[in-house]
Amino acid sequence: MPEPTRPDVHLTIDGKAVSVPAGKLIVEAAKRAGIDIPVFCYHPRLESVGMCRMCLVEIGRPQIDRATGKVVVDAQGQPQIAFGPKLETSCTTPVSEGMVVRASSEKVRAARHDILEFLLTSHPLDCPVCDKGGECPLQNQTLEYGPGLSRFIFTDKQRLGKHVPLGELIWLDQERCIQCGRCIRFQTDVADDPVIGFYQRGRKLQIATFSEPGFDSKFSGNTTDICPVGALTTADFRFGARPWEMRSSASVCSHCPVGCNTVLHTRREAATGGRMEIKRVLPRQNNLVNDLWICDKGRFGYAYVTHRERLTQPLVRQGDRLMPATWEQALERVREGMMPAGSHILGLLGDRLSNEDLFALRMLITARGGGVTLDSTMAGGDLTALLGVGVGTNLADLGKGSAVLLAATDLEEEAPIWWLRARQAALRGAVVITVNARATKADRIARHVVRIGVGEAPASLEDLRDPAHAPAHLQDAARAFAEAENAIVFFGADGLGFEGTQALAQAAANLLIDTRHYGRANNGLIGVWPRANTQGAWDLGVRPSGRPLAELIAGQQALFVAGADPVGDSPALAPVVRAPGFLVVQDLFLSETARLADVVLPAQSFAEREGTFTSGERRVQRFYPAVPPMGQSKPDWQIAGEIGRALGRDMPWLSVAQVFAALAAAVPAYAGLNYAALARAEAQWPPTGSSNYPFSGTAARNDQGVGVQVPSAAEGGTPVSPREVRYQAPRAEWVAIPITRLYDRGTLLLHSSTLAPRLPAPSVILHPLDAEKLGAVPSHAATLVLNGLEVELTVVTDEATPRGVMLLPRSASVHLAAPTPVDLLTAPAADERAALKR
Amino acid sequence: MSEHILLRHRDVADIDKLEVYLAHGGFEALRKALTAQTPAQVLEEVKASGLRGRGGAGFPTGVKWSFLPKDVFPRYLVVNADESEPGTFKDRELMERNPFQFLEGIALAAYAAQAERAYIYCRGEFWDLARDLDRHIAQMGDAGWLGARLQGSTFSLEIYTHLGAGAYICGEETALLESLEGKIGQPRIRPPFPATYGLFGKPTVINNVETLTNLPPIIARGAAWYRTIGTPKSSGPKVFSLSGHVNRPGNYELPLGTTFRTLIYDLGGGLPGGRKPKAIMPAGASSTLLRATEAVLDMPMDYESVAAAGSMLGSASVIVLDETVDMSWLALKTSRFFKHESCGKCTPCREGTYWMLRLLEHIQSGEATAEDVHLLGQVAGQIQNKCLCPLGEFAIGPVQSSLALFAEDFQLHISQPSPRAAAVVSEHA
Repeated sequence: MPEPTRPDVHLTIDGKAVSVPAGKLIVEAAKRAGIDIPVFCYHPRLESVGMCRMCLVEIGRPQIDRATGKVVVDAQGQPQIAFGPKLETSCTTPVSEGMVVRASSEKVRAARHDILEFLLTSHPLDCPVCDKGGECPLQNQTLEYGPGLSRFIFTDKQRLGKHVPLGELIWLDQERCIQCGRCIRFQTDVADDPVIGFYQRGRKLQIATFSEPGFDSKFSGNTTDICPVGALTTADFRFGARPWEMRSSASVCSHCPVGCNTVLHTRREAATGGRMEIKRVLPRQNNLVNDLWICDKGRFGYAYVTHRERLTQPLVRQGDRLMPATWEQALERVREGMMPAGSHILGLLGDRLSNEDLFALRMLITARGGGVTLDSTMAGGDLTALLGVGVGTNLADLGKGSAVLLAATDLEEEAPIWWLRARQAALRGAVVITVNARATKADRIARHVVRIGVGEAPASLEDLRDPAHAPAHLQDAARAFAEAENAIVFFGADGLGFEGTQALAQAAANLLIDTRHYGRANNGLIGVWPRANTQGAWDLGVRPSGRPLAELIAGQQALFVAGADPVGDSPALAPVVRAPGFLVVQDLFLSETARLADVVLPAQSFAEREGTFTSGERRVQRFYPAVPPMGQSKPDWQIAGEIGRALGRDMPWLSVAQVFAALAAAVPAYAGLNYAALARAEAQWPPTGSSNYPFSGTAARNDQGVGVQVPSAAEGGTPVSPREVRYQAPRAEWVAIPITRLYDRGTLLLHSSTLAPRLPAPSVILHPLDAEKLGAVPSHAATLVLNGLEVELTVVTDEATPRGVMLLPRSASVHLAAPTPVDLLTAPAADERAALKR
Repeated sequence: MSEHILLRHRDVADIDKLEVYLAHGGFEALRKALTAQTPAQVLEEVKASGLRGRGGAGFPTGVKWSFLPKDVFPRYLVVNADESEPGTFKDRELMERNPFQFLEGIALAAYAAQAERAYIYCRGEFWDLARDLDRHIAQMGDAGWLGARLQGSTFSLEIYTHLGAGAYICGEETALLESLEGKIGQPRIRPPFPATYGLFGKPTVINNVETLTNLPPIIARGAAWYRTIGTPKSSGPKVFSLSGHVNRPGNYELPLGTTFRTLIYDLGGGLPGGRKPKAIMPAGASSTLLRATEAVLDMPMDYESVAAAGSMLGSASVIVLDETVDMSWLALKTSRFFKHESCGKCTPCREGTYWMLRLLEHIQSGEATAEDVHLLGQVAGQIQNKCLCPLGEFAIGPVQSSLALFAEDFQLHISQPSPRAAAVVSEHA
């Protein structure tokens, strides 16, 4: 719900008539009128504090006759304007009717000069070695408004820490800090992780972290974007490059379904033989998706792109070895293997792949009569396509009158930027309801916390459908949801597998249908998917089957795996993937599955090529090439085309845009879309880009497109009706359930040395009392018996874990497709083994 | 004065004992208010008395209370007992020696403001005093003057003490609120003012200890009686803290409008060795200096008169400086204090106080040039009117006025090294 429009207020700034809605601050009104008032501590997304004093202006207000309450007018009939004796901070003063602001008078310019001179008396002026140099608000504004000479005649400016780690990701240079407090307010106002603060006072006032580990927040990198000096720098970029040396390429984050817009900054790097390297990732403004922010996984998890273990040429099996081969040799081998298989071929595709890749691979395999399946244990993409949030949805519009239901999802861990947006919605008055078997951070913002047993989320959502007949403890939540003007359900896979999420998605669909929250903007269903393009895969008809791979493989004579590593997930699948007799793997790395392949084809990461992802909000967004291809690697769509042509198919795609055009013609929801439409940019507030660094930070301006949201089928008139929901979670004394943690040990993160300290050991999480009962010792090893296999994991205890349940983080423990009965070996044997290990 | 209204312990022995206080009319004002007056009537009585805030700003107390928004609850009363201004030591004596009158004043103010919770924010060094206050508060509660439904009225009240952690800035009311909320002591931008957005974001009245101690006599004896003391615009008694070069330093309770001469010579016993006063700081370390001329000595100590002379009465902490004092050294002393106490939140105060201190040290060392003295004045001017809170403005008062009134004390160091140069210890760390 957009905020109610407030009446416009009319004022004059530097002689220019300006009208802005009531409540706006002078500094914003000026910016909108194209008048720059320099700032350091002010930021449009943070609470104003007026502490740096840089934005001082002269403010005049119409004089009011106390007796009559009327404005005093002069001889010309103009209002008499009274200016106060002091300059005032334009970042804390709201506009008022008839106000006259002087933002560039002699007095104001002198004040800016004075403030800058003060700031520089304790600033090291080490610009030549400062990472911020070139994009530094202090540097830029000193050039524009500050003194050219120093009158500070003392050599002892400040002697403070130059390399103070605030945790592993962010470094603080205490000398450069100008105490604006933006970072602290970001952590408090936006991230809701108040883990840094001011320490000491006066010139000793410093930023300090008080969490363990230091600066424990998934959003810490954003503070470096809004730091107006080089005080906060990221561990990956510090002393890495100068801003002006780098090339900027627009991209979309490949880690989760939010689809944050980013830029990749690249430079040719002497240390790697002149290769183009990604030096840093910055947010790219998209108010519809990620605003000015990205999470630390998106910012720091890029090292895999140019990692030395990347596959750079095709490999072909010779006996029990994989040998380097040319593309011609490899394609010939693929042709030889696929030809005899005929229609007995299965494509197992991953949801990391772009829409173009998935479409091309699906065409390749289905054209031969084979089938494709998505390597995923989460269902419901058919229902998000049917009842997904309507066109025009913007989570930033949710507020009073809206409801957000978070069902079986740990949103902060799974889709961090959605957590920020849900939190902002709650602060604006939206009713947040959480339904989960365990406590998560989202409970903080929830008006209604519905705590359920493991696997009960579908049943619980069914109970919410009818407020009149809901169980007593759910009635308030049910009513709040039903009565909301706008309502969105986020459903995840916290503790659920394919069947569970299928039931949950259906229950959520039923709830939305019954309460008529679908088919329009800001209403509908959002899947908190495991990967960046899960929704795209579903839309293109690449879906998980819910059946074990061993069943799917029956009768097949070839298996084609792209963007997936089933054997890496479950080593027991090694014989299964070999069973069809011919295995092709297309991947970035020599995965466990690839090691077993007959042919391994080197694919390209998102950073080397063009493509599109479809976000969980079903926004189709383009990403662009940032670095040249690694070795002879090729994009998946292109490889598919070349194989198709080798097999005699007519797959004449020469460019990714052509593939997209074919896709748009084939998939109804994507009809009418093309690359030009996806690249359409729009004006956004606050303005970003180099001239706005002091105002908005270094988040990049979005000139490359905000993407296009595709309509849900319900909007297109497809009829909807509730369906029966049936799901029963396994019952056992001990049940293991899969959960998702942002920092996992998946391929994409394992190669990041920056994030390495944050990656957890392979672990099992259980309630401290359960651990005690089982004799499991926190941070020691224990052995789990799961599906007859023994696995050794590190024990972690957490009071938020339900009793009788063991949490297994996905990609950071053992692969668990769904809730499964489990035993923990507590015998001394496990302890002894642990002791031996030490 | 024939009778002490505030420093009543000087007339009545053991008035810090509850039974003694009760035997001398203690809590009669509160009883009167609770049983015979509405909160609005108490407020009107205080307005009519002309009582002005004794913490330094001199804002009319009743008017301040009337800024509370209607029908917004809960409200809080916060007592500013962070007495930290160098030269000020009146609140300590009031709270230590005449505690029940102070506490009764809190109850009256809380009743008028309809605040059911009051916090006494004491500077950290007042830990022993706070402990005694806790004991007195407990006794007051045991006697039925705190708790639920006081004296059968609908009004309830609890009083708590809270200790600061040793920062001068926490005497600034919004920094005090931050500190009381458990945050770092830094001032808030105003507006919003505490009356509308105060402690925990709720309407809050903040009053000084001495201000509140004035309330029981006002309610007990009436506004008309109160106005017979002092001047028409500065009514009532005031405790003057006298220090510096005087023979008998200490607290003196006098009607507002008493002259400096009466305080310094008649009560303070004049200057040691019969020396002549050179300057007076009427409001502690943050004062704009007054040259101690005959006219100034005969000036009445009330808010208007001192302001008209270009300084301010503030908390009435009169520091006398005799003819031996080098005013550039004085500026160094005050600057060192304010640099040490600057909270660092706003740029001009954080950086400017340091720069001033360095220049003053340089001047004292005898190595400075006339240009440095000129620069000192410019730096002070650069701070002026740009700060977030009054601390930065306080810091420049003694510097600007000593430069303006005693330029010769600065010139002196330009040609020859200061005799004190060796003693100047730089503490900029």
